[in-house]
Amino acid sequence: MSNSIKSRPGVHLKTFIFLLFIAFFAPVGNVMLSKGMKGIGSARTWEPAGFLHILVRILTSAYIWMGIACLLAFFVAYMLVLTWADYSYVQPASAFSYAVVAFLGFFLLNETVNLVRWSGIAVICLGVVIVGHTHPRTTEKS
Amino acid sequence: MLELIFLFFIIGAGTGGELCISHAMKALGEVHDFRPAALLQFAWRAARVGWMWVGIGLMTLAFFSLLAMLSMENVSFVVPVTALSYAAGAVGAAVFLREKISPQRWLGVLVVCLGVTLVWLSRR
Repeated sequence: MSNSIKSRPGVHLKTFIFLLFIAFFAPVGNVMLSKGMKGIGSARTWEPAGFLHILVRILTSAYIWMGIACLLAFFVAYMLVLTWADYSYVQPASAFSYAVVAFLGFFLLNETVNLVRWSGIAVICLGVVIVGHTHPRTTEKS
Repeated sequence: MLELIFLFFIIGAGTGGELCISHAMKALGEVHDFRPAALLQFAWRAARVGWMWVGIGLMTLAFFSLLAMLSMENVSFVVPVTALSYAAGAVGAAVFLREKISPQRWLGVLVVCLGVTLVWLSRR
């Protein structure tokens, strides 16, 4: 075990800042993608023959590209934080984005979010808090 | 049925991809220098790790499955349901990355999965 990593004061602040980036860019990106895909039509009605046409519509949608840009920003933050923190810590800790995405879906996309769904999201956040109280890194530094 | 197939790809390929990328990142070591030139150099080093490309391929598959799922269901349903990858991720991290997962972390993952179940039930 690397005690020097555990006792270093900057590591928790650095992790917290990167988790904030993750919790912002991931939900905004997903909302953009949702907006773009809703304009293209349900996958239930997609025909194999029309796949190329659908792909072109996806790749020419501004919302899809804005979503991809946000998810790229999320991805870079995610990759960097994984260089010092455990995957099994970062993945659940970034789950706050599930609550953010529900709020954005409700307020920006006028989605119906019932009480059971809000409860489920609250339980997910509770799980996040439990995981958040464990130490970011348990493996040796490479 | 179609939703379950896409969900399988989102979770299976997404978690597999993240594990591959995490494996590659651990091999590269911790980032201390955040200047653009240093980050570009880091990205170049990352691009030469094979696991990185396997991870990117799997995550691309997961991404297009996510797009298909988002065309059918609300984002407030789709994104929380994908949290099922937490169970797959914890098992994968313990088995493949040899991370030590404490009982507290397992409890957190279990609670997250319980929340996902509620979100799934909210669809009816």
